[in-house]
Amino acid sequence: MHFEYNIEGGDFTRAGYASSQVKKLLKKQGVEMSVIKRTVVAAYEAEVNVVAHAYGGVMYVDLDDRQMRIVLQDTGPGIEDIQQAMEEGYSTASDAVREMGFGAGMGLSNMKKNAHELNIESEVGKGTRVEIIMQIA
Amino acid sequence: MLVKEIIEVLDARLLCGEERQDYGVEVAFASDLMSDVLTLKDDHVLLITGLANMQTIRTAEMSDIHCVVFARNKKVSPEMIELARENDIILIECRYSMFKTCGLLYGSGLKAIY
Repeated sequence: MHFEYNIEGGDFTRAGYASSQVKKLLKKQGVEMSVIKRTVVAAYEAEVNVVAHAYGGVMYVDLDDRQMRIVLQDTGPGIEDIQQAMEEGYSTASDAVREMGFGAGMGLSNMKKNAHELNIESEVGKGTRVEIIMQIA
Repeated sequence: MLVKEIIEVLDARLLCGEERQDYGVEVAFASDLMSDVLTLKDDHVLLITGLANMQTIRTAEMSDIHCVVFARNKKVSPEMIELARENDIILIECRYSMFKTCGLLYGSGLKAIY
């Protein structure tokens, strides 16, 4: 199964919609609750990052019996130093993002803790691609 | 601790989840930082917060948190209540400060996560 969800940069009222659809999908498939939580927390952190930092993006979701693969591809400023961005506490978030309860530099490290596999590629001035792979069975 | 007990201890108002007042929480976490809430692994968590926006509800949804207390009369919008209803999240509004809210619940036996 393949699904795609558009994500608007800066639209904090809608942030989380795509991850919410992922949660509904996994619940429907009868996936274990702890795996659902890890998946949607990683997906939501990634979705919030697109809203917070990029101009826009798409969440691509592929699901089979054993695995869910979530790819978030955005157009935006990109990440200059991925290793530095992964450090807990490092953040380039705006005040608007912090007012929403994010931007403390915890997102990427939390994604890494929750995802079974996490791959990040980025090109400065173009955008970022985040891949989250979860074994669901 | 049951939702109806939380409401009584805090002299609080239930915003949605009328039919789920017998839901029980085991531990509580107080934060305005949703990034921190998203790191929790516990089940049956009560979230106490002063941050009232759509992402508070989304964070609760993703973290499987089914009860949220808004301290100090924070304004909860109809859109937040609608999203909470869709996701079986109970919302409670209370006039006490975050400090007093936490103190009253802790004094009533509700356990902290850390």
